[in-house]
Amino acid sequence: MKKILSLTLALIMVFALCSVGTAYADNPVVKIGVFEPQSGDNGAGGKQEVLGMQYANVLTPTVEIDGVEYDVELVYADNASSNDKAPTAAQTLISSGVSLVLGSYGSGVSIAASDTFDAAGVPAIGVTCTNPQVTAGCDVYFRICFLDPFQGTVLANFAKNELGASKAYCLAKQGDDYSGGLCNYFIEAFGKENCVYEQFPEGTSDYSTYITNAQNQGCDVFFSPVSTEAAAQIIAKADTQALGMPILAGDTWDSNVILQAAKGTDVKICVTTFYQEGADAEFDAGIKEWINNDATALANNGGNDELAAVTVMGFDAYYVALEALKAAGSTDPADVLEVLPDVSYEGVTGAIAFDDIGDALRDSAFVKECNTETGVWDFVSVATVG
Amino acid sequence: MDALKTTLPYIISGISVGGQYALIAIGYTMVYGILRLINFAHGDVFMVAGLIMVYLAASVPLYVAIPLMILLTVLLGFTIERVAYKPLRTAPRMSVMISAIGVSYLLQNLALYITGGLNKNYPAIPWISDRITLFGMETSRVTVITPFLTILLVVLLVLLINHTKIGMAMRAVSRDFETSQLMGIQINRVISATFIIGTFLAAVGSVLFFTNYPGVVPTSGAMPGLKAFVAAVFGGIGSIPGAVIGAFIIGICESVIKGLDTILIVNGAISEQIGLATFSDAFTFVLLIVILVFKPTGLFGEKSTDKV
Amino acid sequence: MIETKNRKSAWIAFLSVLCFLALVFGLDQLIKPTDKLGMLLIVLQKGSVYALAAVSMNLLNGYTGLFSLGHAGFMLLGAYTYAIFTIPDKNRDAVYQYFDAAIRFSIPEQLSKSMGGFGTALGILIALLLAGLVAAVLAWLIGLPVLRLKSDYLAIATLGFAEIIRAVFQWSKLGPVTNGSNLLKNFARASKFKLEIAGMKLSLSTFVPVLIATVSITLIVLLVNSTYGRAFKAIRDDEVAAEAMGINLARHKMIAFVTSSFFAGIAGATLAMVLSIAQANNFKSAMTYEILLMVVLGGIGSITGSVIGSLLFVAASEWWLRGLDSGKFLGIEAPTVFRNGFRLVVFSVIIMIVVLFFRKGIMGEKELPDLFRKKKKAPEKGEQS
Repeated sequence: MKKILSLTLALIMVFALCSVGTAYADNPVVKIGVFEPQSGDNGAGGKQEVLGMQYANVLTPTVEIDGVEYDVELVYADNASSNDKAPTAAQTLISSGVSLVLGSYGSGVSIAASDTFDAAGVPAIGVTCTNPQVTAGCDVYFRICFLDPFQGTVLANFAKNELGASKAYCLAKQGDDYSGGLCNYFIEAFGKENCVYEQFPEGTSDYSTYITNAQNQGCDVFFSPVSTEAAAQIIAKADTQALGMPILAGDTWDSNVILQAAKGTDVKICVTTFYQEGADAEFDAGIKEWINNDATALANNGGNDELAAVTVMGFDAYYVALEALKAAGSTDPADVLEVLPDVSYEGVTGAIAFDDIGDALRDSAFVKECNTETGVWDFVSVATVG
Repeated sequence: MDALKTTLPYIISGISVGGQYALIAIGYTMVYGILRLINFAHGDVFMVAGLIMVYLAASVPLYVAIPLMILLTVLLGFTIERVAYKPLRTAPRMSVMISAIGVSYLLQNLALYITGGLNKNYPAIPWISDRITLFGMETSRVTVITPFLTILLVVLLVLLINHTKIGMAMRAVSRDFETSQLMGIQINRVISATFIIGTFLAAVGSVLFFTNYPGVVPTSGAMPGLKAFVAAVFGGIGSIPGAVIGAFIIGICESVIKGLDTILIVNGAISEQIGLATFSDAFTFVLLIVILVFKPTGLFGEKSTDKV
Repeated sequence: MIETKNRKSAWIAFLSVLCFLALVFGLDQLIKPTDKLGMLLIVLQKGSVYALAAVSMNLLNGYTGLFSLGHAGFMLLGAYTYAIFTIPDKNRDAVYQYFDAAIRFSIPEQLSKSMGGFGTALGILIALLLAGLVAAVLAWLIGLPVLRLKSDYLAIATLGFAEIIRAVFQWSKLGPVTNGSNLLKNFARASKFKLEIAGMKLSLSTFVPVLIATVSITLIVLLVNSTYGRAFKAIRDDEVAAEAMGINLARHKMIAFVTSSFFAGIAGATLAMVLSIAQANNFKSAMTYEILLMVVLGGIGSITGSVIGSLLFVAASEWWLRGLDSGKFLGIEAPTVFRNGFRLVVFSVIIMIVVLFFRKGIMGEKELPDLFRKKKKAPEKGEQS
C-alpha cells in the first residue's frame, strides 16, 4: 500500500514538473508578475486591482521592446493577504521569469516580500500600498500611489475642519500595516490626546463592542481604514447600533462593497481616494463595457460595474510597467530596474513619476461621500496638504 | 456616565454570544462524553452551515432555506462521523483526533475554494435582524432572542436525554462504552444520534451567530469552535448544563474585556487606552488552564449532572 | 532497529548527511532566484525548517506519547528572540516605526565589531541558541502545571498556552520590545548570507538553514538513541509499566517537553531567517496543525519519516501543485476547476486518505536505514486497505 502511495505521489510530481513551461509560439513573450491577494481579508480588493491590469492587458496586449513586438503575459501569484505567504508567492513570480512585478493591494504583504524581490533584483511597482515602509530602505520597490503620512493628514484635516470633530475613535486591524500605519499618521495629525486608538485581532467577527466603545467614550468621528470585509460588517453594526457619528476611511473603502453595505442605512461615510469616477468618461465607459461582458470580471468586481479606485490604479500601473519595459529596451529585470526611477507616465489618475526613494510624486487626493440613498459616491472635494 | 449604563451593552452582547457558543459547545460535550474525542471539525461544520445558508438563500426563499440548511448540515455531521471517525473506532485516541484535525483542514480548504477566499455576506433574516431599543440602547432583536432560544433548546435536549430510549442509550454509552455494547445497545446508532443532535444545534447556532455578525469566511468557525470547546471543558465535559453555563461565562468575559479599556476610562480608573482588548481571545484560554490545573473535572463534577 | 545500529552504519549515515550538505551548498551556487529552479531553493529552505519543527514535535508526540499542540507558540518565541537580537542598530528605528525600541542590541553586529565576519556568524549562532533557550525556559514553566494532564487535556492546554503567548506578543504595551502586532524585519536573514573567499562570492542563503536543521535533527536523533530516548518510548508504550521499571515520569516528560520546545524555538528562528520577517499573527494554531499533519504524513515515531513528510508537504503545497491553482495542471487546462484554492483541497484530500487508510504514514515507525536492511523486515500490521 505504502509503495503504491509513494509511487503515485512520485508520478504526480514528475508530471507536474513536465507540465511547467509549455510556451506558445508567435511573438516572444514578456512576463509581468501580478503580486496581489486573491483570497483572505484583502481578496476582494486585490481582485478589483487586478481587474484594471487585465483590462489594460486586453486593450494593449503587446509592447515593442528594442524594435521587437512582445506579447505581454500577466503571471499571477496569490499572496493570500498573509505576510507569511507573501515571500513564497513572490518567489514563484521570480522563478517564472517575470521582468517586473505589479502589486500589492495591502502594504503588509509588500513589505514582507520586499526582501525577496530585493535579493533577486526584480523590480516591483506598488499599486496601492501606501505605507512608507514599502519603499523605504528597499531599492527595488517603487509605487504609484500617495503615502499614508499624506493621506492620514488629509483625513485628519477633513475630520477637524469639515466634520468639526474634536475627538476621534481610530480602529485598526492588529498587525496590519495598512490600517495601523494610516491610523498612526491620522493620530499624529489629529492630536494624540484627542484620539482613542484600538486594534481588533484577526478573525474578529464582533465589531459591535468597538462601536459601543466609540459611543461610550464620546467620540465624534469613527476612523477605521480597515479591509472592505471588516468594513461591511462595521457599517452594518453602525446602522443597528445607531452609531451617531460619521465614519471616515482611506482608499481601500472606495469600493462597491462599501456602497452595497451602506445603501439604505443612515450611516455617513467619507473616504479619500485616488480617482473620482467620471473624471475620464471615455475610460469609464470602456472598462464598464468590458466588465459587463466578462462574467468572471463582473464577479470579481462584486457583481456590478461600479468602479473602484484601485481598479483604475491597476490600469495605470500596467502602462507604467510597459513604459519601463520600453525604456529599458530589454526584458531583463536588471535593465528594467535601472531605468525605472526615470519613467514617467500620464495616467488616468494623473501624472505618475517617482522621487528618489521610489515613491510617486502625488500631492492631491479626492474626498468622496457615500450617498446612502442611491448607493453611489458623491464628490466632496480635492484635498491637498500644505 | 453611570457605570451600569456603560457596562450593560457589553454584558448584553456577551450573553448573546454566550448563547451562540453554548449551542456549539453542546456538540463538543456530547461527542466527548461518548467517544472521548475532541471533535476539532465541529467549529468548521458550524462555518459550513453558514456558507450553505449563504448559497441557499440566494436561490430559494428563507422559509425553505433555513430547514434545508439545517438538514444539509446534519447530513454533513453524520457523514463526517461515518467516513472519518467510524473507521478509526479501534485506533488510539490520538489517531481519531488527528483525523478530526484533518477534517477541519479539509472543510476550511473546501470553503476557501468554493468562496474564492472572499467574505460572504450572510442573508438578513427579517424580524430577528431588526433593530430594537432595549434599556435605551440600540441593538438587534437576535441579541435578545438568542439566550432564550438557547435555554429552550437545552431544556428540550435534557428532556430528550432523560426521558427517551435513545437518551437512555446515550447515557449508558457515555458511562461505559464496552458494557453498553455488551448489553445490546447499538453503539453506531447512538453515536450517529449524538452527531446529529450536535450538528443540529450548531446549525441553529450558526443562524443566530451569523445574523449577529454577518460575514462568513473559511476561518469563521475556528475561534468560536475553540471557545465553545473551552466552554465545554470549563463547565465539566460531558455535562450539558455545565457547557451552557461555561459558554455564557466565556461570552460575557470576552465581551467585557473587549470594552474594558473604555469601561475603565469612563469610570476614571485609568487615563488612556492600555490595549486590554488584545486579550479577549486569550482570556478564554487562561480560564481553561486555570480550571484544568485546579479542577480538571470542570465546574460541575461528573456525578451531579446529566452526563452524555 | 536503530538502537542496534553498528558503527559502520553510523559512518554511512554521517557520510550521506555530509554529501547531502555538499549537494545543497552546490545548488546554492548554481541556482539563482530568477531561474526556473529557484523554487527548489525555497522548498529546501522552508522544507528544512519545517522538517526540524516536525521532528521536534515528533519527539514529543511520537516518541514520548505526549500529545502537545503548542508548537506554534514556541516557534513564535524563537522567531521573536532571534529577530529582536539581530536587527542592526541603523534599521532599528525604521522597524519600530510606531514605538521607541527598548532593546537596542544586535548580537551579530556587536561581535562583528571585534571579530569581523566570524563575529557575525558567531552572533547569529548565539541568537539562535538564545531563541531555543527562551522557548525552553518558557516550556519548563508551562510544563510544571500542564504535563500532569491527560492526553487530550494536555493537547488543549498547550494549544491554549500558544494562543496566550501570541496575544501577549501582540499587546501594544509591549510594543517597545515586540513592535506590537507589527512585523519585525531587516534582521539577519538568509537571503543576505554570503561568504567571500578570495574574491569569490558564495551564497549561503539555502545552505545555512539546511545546515541548522541538519545539525539540530542529528542532535535529536542522538537523544532518541540514548537511554533517555528509550525511557521516552517506554513512557509512550505504557506509563504505568515505565514507572514500575523505575523511570521518573515527571522528569522524563519534562525533559522531552523542554527539548522539543528548544528545537521548536530554533525552528521558529530559522523560519524567521528564511522568510525574512517575523510576525506573531503568523504563528496561529493552524501552523501547529500543519506541522502535525507533516508528522502524520511521514509516520508518527519515525524521524526520517518526519523529514520526508515535511519536505514533501512543502514541495507539494508550494511548488508542484501550484498548477492546480492557476488553471493548468499536468497539461490539462480547466480554469473553472483549477482555480484558486483547488491545490489545498486536493492536498487535504490526500492527507485525509493517509490519515484514514495509511495510518502509519510513509515510514511507519521505521527509519530510512531500516529499509535497506532486508532481513529484519517486520510484517506490516495494523494497516487497513
